[in-house]
Formats: sequence, structure tokens, C-alpha cells
Amino acid sequence: MTWPFTRRQSAVTHISGKGEIRAQFKVEHAGFALDVALDLPGRGVSALFGHSGSGKTSCLRCFAGLDQPSQGYLEINGELWQDSARGIFVPAHQRAVGYVFQDANLFAHLSVRGNLLYGFKRIPAAQRRVALDQAVELLGIGHLLERMPGHLSGGEQQRVGIARALLTSPRLLLMDEPLASLDLKRKREVLPYLERLHAELEIPIVYVSHSPDEVARLADHLVVLDEGKVTASGPLKETLLRADLPFVFEDDAEAVVDGVVSGHDAAYGLLALHLSGSAITVQLPHAALLVGQAVRIKIMARDVSLSLQQAEQSSVLNLLPAQVLDWITVAEQAHVLVRVQVGGEQLMARITRYSFDRLNIQPGLSLWVQVKSMSLLSSN
Amino acid sequence: MPLSPADFAAVWLTLELASLTTLLLLLIGTPIAWWLARTESRWKQPIGAIVALPLVLPPTVIGFYLLVSMGPNGFIGQLTQSLGLGTLTFTFTGLVIGSVFYSLPFVVQPLQNAFEAIGRAPLEAAATLRAGPWDTFFSVVLPLARPGFVTAAILGFAHTVGEFGVVLMIGGNIPGKTQVASVQIYNHVETMQYAQAHWLAGGMVLFSFVVLLALYSRRSTLRVWR
Repeated sequence: MTWPFTRRQSAVTHISGKGEIRAQFKVEHAGFALDVALDLPGRGVSALFGHSGSGKTSCLRCFAGLDQPSQGYLEINGELWQDSARGIFVPAHQRAVGYVFQDANLFAHLSVRGNLLYGFKRIPAAQRRVALDQAVELLGIGHLLERMPGHLSGGEQQRVGIARALLTSPRLLLMDEPLASLDLKRKREVLPYLERLHAELEIPIVYVSHSPDEVARLADHLVVLDEGKVTASGPLKETLLRADLPFVFEDDAEAVVDGVVSGHDAAYGLLALHLSGSAITVQLPHAALLVGQAVRIKIMARDVSLSLQQAEQSSVLNLLPAQVLDWITVAEQAHVLVRVQVGGEQLMARITRYSFDRLNIQPGLSLWVQVKSMSLLSSN
Repeated sequence: MPLSPADFAAVWLTLELASLTTLLLLLIGTPIAWWLARTESRWKQPIGAIVALPLVLPPTVIGFYLLVSMGPNGFIGQLTQSLGLGTLTFTFTGLVIGSVFYSLPFVVQPLQNAFEAIGRAPLEAAATLRAGPWDTFFSVVLPLARPGFVTAAILGFAHTVGEFGVVLMIGGNIPGKTQVASVQIYNHVETMQYAQAHWLAGGMVLFSFVVLLALYSRRSTLRVWR
């Protein structure tokens, strides 16, 4: 909480330290208070995760300048947008942000093309780094250009909303639960486009979500908000595994690991992956992918069990050597979440406390983890 | 010839008065309606009530106060006299000022409704797309509120055409200057010229019907954008 003030004394006019987002917001409404200090990476996707009412959207609105926090500081990759201590507040329309609203919020009186060009026309030509064709192609909306927003499906509207935001060549892309108002089918339609954004654009993205699944698929950095306060903030994989926290996703505790495709068994339809940082191979049912392709997989703690011996005959495909790191007790003391090291990655196993005692689990204990199922999140 | 030159002059004057008044009302009413639609000030209700007063007050009351204030001893009268303009009572300018007050709510309320219906969301979208407040007003608010502007203009115009009491109080009955159609009908009736009164009155009925018909058929086309 002290850094905004130390910065204020040191750098007066010019702020160096490129490549990061520093934010501090204090908002007080009747019955709600937001008080956060965030240090986010200057690229990639930072997810603001929390239940409804945790302050995610308020936080995002402060980033955009749509709300003015009573106390605030905001610096985006070397550009100062707010410093209430010095009376600096750059109004929303002078900030190079792209904002994707929860319900798209397209202009009803303009065609899709008119919506896309609205922001594009308003930035100096020299600052345009995203061309119309590029954004249209990236979001797959070429066939919609002459349509009116009222005649688009929710998923199409949201894709237009994303393209419209991108066309202002923002230095920061803010997304407020862009998938929340969509049904499962539409979500599946839009998600691949979000993954493409992540893979192909240099723009840092702050992504608000209350869906563990979206966060695991898209985020590089995770911020957990609860009642207007930050309860955790850090790189996704580490933060998901932080055992000192009340569990981020509670019953849905999960780990995300990275791997590389090493082969495919066509006869059984099994994809083989090399976990990064080790020689350990896992297999999962999936269509063939190019060998060498990087993938991300999600493993739920409840799908991981522990065993002291290597089970010789088991229906479980993936038996991996592991070492116990630490654990916490969850769910009214009946279950234990055990964090284990598998090669260069970490997993969590949710086991009963009875089993925990019976196996006499200790830090550093070598054992075998059985992974009953895992799912491929993304491939890029 | 059913209508005398004086009748034509009255009709022409009425149209002139209504057009000028409508134009001024759109210019004055827009900022008032915008403020009423957006403000959270405690003055919102009192100002809104003042704007709506002409809806309920007898036109003679508005006419009386305007007459007094525009007269030689009134504050408007003093101002216009000190500017070398004389007094505005019994002039066309005076009529225009009176009509602006009289028809104000008929323009402000449709505009206010239209602005409120737009809500904050499109304004916020415009702000995140680099549009400043004025730019947003002209590129987003005006087009989205266009049906409200058309309704406001039609109501303001039609209501001014139908004005009688205020005109009589502050304008009197001067042919070519303040003698509008509604006053001319009164003149014909007073002088027992019922045939001429019929032509003018019938014309007003037809005009009002056409205006309202246009307004109501617009209602069904307002949802084109939805």
C-alpha cells in the first residue's frame, strides 16, 4: 500500500519501469468498499476472479476511468492515468483502453461496420496498430459487417464488441465477464477467439470472471478478490496451488500444467504429452495434435489419488512418481488437499483425512499419484 | 372565397410563430431535458416541476405574469428598454417568448424521456471508444434520441398553434403582428361571422388530427432499432 507514495516522491514527470501495471483503488459506496493494490504483468491475461459482489467489475471500471475512485493510482506500462495524490485523473475517453462489456453494449443505431469504426476513426492514424480487416478476421465477423446489432446473436454481438475494442489499438484491454451472458454453446463459440487474442496480441488483458474454467483456460496471472479486497495475486499456476489460502476454487481446487505433445495412439485414440520440465509422460483421450505443440491441461484435485506403491494393474492410465510438498485440511476437516511435486509441475490431490492418516503422509514423502482424468484447456 | 386576406395573414403568422417557437424550444429544451435526465441534484424535482407548470396553469396566468414582467415596469421590460428595444408586449417577439414558456413542457418531457431511455451504457461505450462528451452527444445521444426529438418538435409546434389565452393577454389582437388563427376565430365569432369561423376552426381540427395521426403512427415505427 505504500508504493504509490514512494513513487510519487521519486519520479515526478517521467515514469520509467516499463512493462507493468500498477494500480491502487479505494472506492466507498453505501454498503460496499473496494480497497485494492495490484501489481500486474505488462502483458498476457490477468484474471480478476471472485464471487459476484467481490468488486471485480468496480475494479475494472476504475481501470477504464468510468468510475473515479476517491483514492487511486494507475500506471500502465509507463503511462500514468491516475494519481489522486497529485490530482491527476485522465478521463475515460483519453485513456487508451479497450473495454468489452458483459452484454456487448453495441450502438443500436449503427451497423456492425459503424460500431467497429466508431473508435477506430477517433484515434490518430499514426496510432492505429490494428486494421479493420485484421480485427474482422481475428473474430470471424466478416459476414456480419452490414447487419444491425439487433439482428445478431449474443455470441456474435460479443465478438463484434471485442473487435470494436481492439480497433482502438488499446494499451490495455479490459474484459468484463464477456462470456457470462452467453449460453454454453455461445461460450464455446467465443472462447477460441479469446484464446487467439491471447496468443496473437501483445496487449495486456485484464479479464473479469467468476468461472474457474475460463480463468484456467485463459489466464496467466490470477488475482482473487473477496469483499473488495485482494486475497491472492500471482502467476496462475502458483496461485492455484497456494495451500496457505482458503481455497481459491473451493471444492473445485485444480492445478494447471503445461506440456508438449509427444505422440498419438490412433488405435486407442490417446494423446501422449510430455510434462514440461521433466521426462514424465501422460496420456489422455483426445484427437491427434502436432507433435511438439505446446498445450495446457487442467487436473482437478478430486481426480487425483495417492498410493504408496506403484499399482501394477489399474484402470487408471496415468501413474506418476511424486513427492509430497504440503497440505491443508478442507471441507469440515473430512478432506485434505495435498500438494505434490510431479517432475517440474505441481498437482493437488483431494483425499480423505482417514486415508491421509493411514498413508502417514509427511513432507518429502515419495509416492505415486494416480490421475483419473485430465482435460486439455488450450493448444497454442 | 371563404377566407379573407386577414384570415390568411393570421394562418401565416400562426405558422411563423409555431416554427420559430419550436426551433427555440429545441435549442433551450435539449440542455434542460439532458440535465433533468442525468442529474442527481436535489434541484431536479423543483426544476422539473417549474418546467411542467404550464401543463396545469391556465394560460391567462402565464399571460398575466409575462404581461407584467414585459411591461414598462417589469424586469424584462426594464431590460429591453435599457437595451433600446422598447417593451415586448403586443409584439411578435413578445408572442414568441410567451409561446416558449407555454410550450416548454411539451418539448422537455419527450426529450427527457428519450434521454433517460438511452441510459448510461451507450455513453460509457462511447467514452471507452475515445469519444469526448460533446462528440458522444452528437454521435450517440442525438441519433438514439431522434424519435424523442421528432415527438418533441411535433408536440411543441402543435401546442403553439393551439395557443390562445397567452396570446390574447400579451399580444392582443393586432392584424399581421399578433393576430394568430385562434384569435381570428374568436374575432369571427364575436362579429357573428360563423361561416369564416367554420373554415378556420375546421382547418384547425384537420391540422390537429393530421399531427396526432402522424405522431401515433410514428409510435409503431419507433422500435426499428430494437
